[in-house]
Amino acid sequence: MATATSDVHAHGVAPEDLATVSRQTSVYVYEAPMRIWHWVNALAIVVLCLTGYFIGSPPPSAQIGEAAEQFVFGYIRFAHFAAGWVLAIGFLGRIYWAFFGNHHARQLFYVPFWRAAYWKEVLVEIRWYLFLEREPKKYVGHNPLAQLAMFFFITLGVSFMIVTGMALYAEGAQEGSLAHDLFGWVHGFTWNSQRLHTLHHLGMWWILTFMIIHIYVAIREDIMSRQSIVSTMISGHRTFKDDRDD
Amino acid sequence: MSQVETFYEVMRKQGITRRSFMKYCSLTASALGLGPAFVPKIAHAMETKPRTPVIWVNGLECTCCSESFIRGAHPLAKDVVLSMISLDYSHTLMAAAGHAAEAALEDTIQKYKGNYILAVEGNPPLNEDGMFCIVGGKPFVEQLRHAAKDAKAIISWGACASYGCVQAASPNPTRATPVHKVITDKPIIKVPGCPPIAEVMTGVITYMLTFDRLPELDRQGRPAMFYGQRIHDKCYRRPHFDAGQFVEAWDDENARKGYCLYKMGCKGPTTYNACSTVRWNEGTSFPIQSGHGCIGCSEDGFWDQGSFYDRLTNIKAFGVEANADQVGLTATGVVGGGVAVHAAISALKRAQKKTQAKVEG
Repeated sequence: MATATSDVHAHGVAPEDLATVSRQTSVYVYEAPMRIWHWVNALAIVVLCLTGYFIGSPPPSAQIGEAAEQFVFGYIRFAHFAAGWVLAIGFLGRIYWAFFGNHHARQLFYVPFWRAAYWKEVLVEIRWYLFLEREPKKYVGHNPLAQLAMFFFITLGVSFMIVTGMALYAEGAQEGSLAHDLFGWVHGFTWNSQRLHTLHHLGMWWILTFMIIHIYVAIREDIMSRQSIVSTMISGHRTFKDDRDD
Repeated sequence: MSQVETFYEVMRKQGITRRSFMKYCSLTASALGLGPAFVPKIAHAMETKPRTPVIWVNGLECTCCSESFIRGAHPLAKDVVLSMISLDYSHTLMAAAGHAAEAALEDTIQKYKGNYILAVEGNPPLNEDGMFCIVGGKPFVEQLRHAAKDAKAIISWGACASYGCVQAASPNPTRATPVHKVITDKPIIKVPGCPPIAEVMTGVITYMLTFDRLPELDRQGRPAMFYGQRIHDKCYRRPHFDAGQFVEAWDDENARKGYCLYKMGCKGPTTYNACSTVRWNEGTSFPIQSGHGCIGCSEDGFWDQGSFYDRLTNIKAFGVEANADQVGLTATGVVGGGVAVHAAISALKRAQKKTQAKVEG
């Protein structure tokens, strides 16, 4: 793969750099709306987890002044609700983009459950993570295991959090509010909203667990796989480090 | 019992002046949240309508609903309410006993087929054919089914009849079952609470008599006028909640200052009831006002939502108690640890591969 100096059309090429030279194929995968959604969503989730944790277990009592002069817990809850709306509306926008975006915009919303070949590739990917494969396959979009994780953690997880969150929000907004009209029915399943609070709280940990895996795997794949991962969600381009077949 | 007296007649008989009667009507109107225009309507109804017969049956319960009911102040239960309705059968309050009492029950059912209200305090246990609660020599569930068959509507008094309460708490050995799961073909109005507030109980009955229909109910079948809002949303300590000022421990400085009891496990934010507006004992106080958090007694399964003193519910699994945070922290800990180990192995593998490449290259 190493090529002559003249093939590297860039300034400041040192002789020792030549050993690492490779030709990369690049595919434009994630269009701008997808990338913006990803980062807005990530930010909203961080805010939601932090403020949500505090709503369950409030920080030590604030003594700035009289109760009328401070609004500490109010602001925490405001941030939570505001980020919740951003998450919810962003998710609606993401669904819209699944219809009008490119082929890869749809991958988040389904699992090719009945395709044997898909599950075979999931297995290969699991073997790769168990250090049983020498190298992973290359994928323009998500790899099959990632698609599965995205579907369960993000598509189902975030949907669950939006529905339960809006139902809890409807309690404060009260009967007659938009949130209550749209999501009040959720309380028909749990009755005592303490149960719904607990489920919503567990949902946070579900998504936090995903966050740990997601960030670790994205960085690991960026280093160890045959394709770019992290930069793809910034530039939109997937680059491949080799041109070999799988 | 050939000619049923009107409410007004009964009240006048008991020496209540017309002036007091009109006062009562306006107090009732305001207790129900109705405007002054409804005062003559209530008065008219009271003057012309025959008293509605009420059969009050008791299953598995502690009688706190009856105890609360007889303390109603607006309308005053002592004379007025007990005369307002024609309470034809009630273990606790009736003078008759034994066969005479059971005869009164049959008499009312026969005479007012389809016109009486069945008030249920407590609930029937269904295990062992209902043998855990015997009334008049028969399982209570039979009396309940029998009395419900010809009732116009059913009132489920308290958490027992509405949701099951303590006798239905996990593991519910007698299979105590709320009324709406046993009687499925009648309009049922749930008036939960342990007990419900006296004024809420008398208010519900007054509404039904005055307007001849059930009050507007919420999704769970509770009267919306009393159960439409959370304790939390009308709590006088709410400013301290929004300010982030909480009681951190019983008897600390913040408790003395009357800060929010959220951290002490107050269930006000998840409880729908009128305690923070109507209050108890003629509007004297309510749990939060006396310095203790709400325990959520008017909510479904309130005994099974973990400690009364925790905001985060205990999740019971494999006999180990944990709350959502402990479950989550364990999960993230395991995953985080796994990630760390995996990352270390990945790094080693990569280093190994590189050396190999160098050797081969």
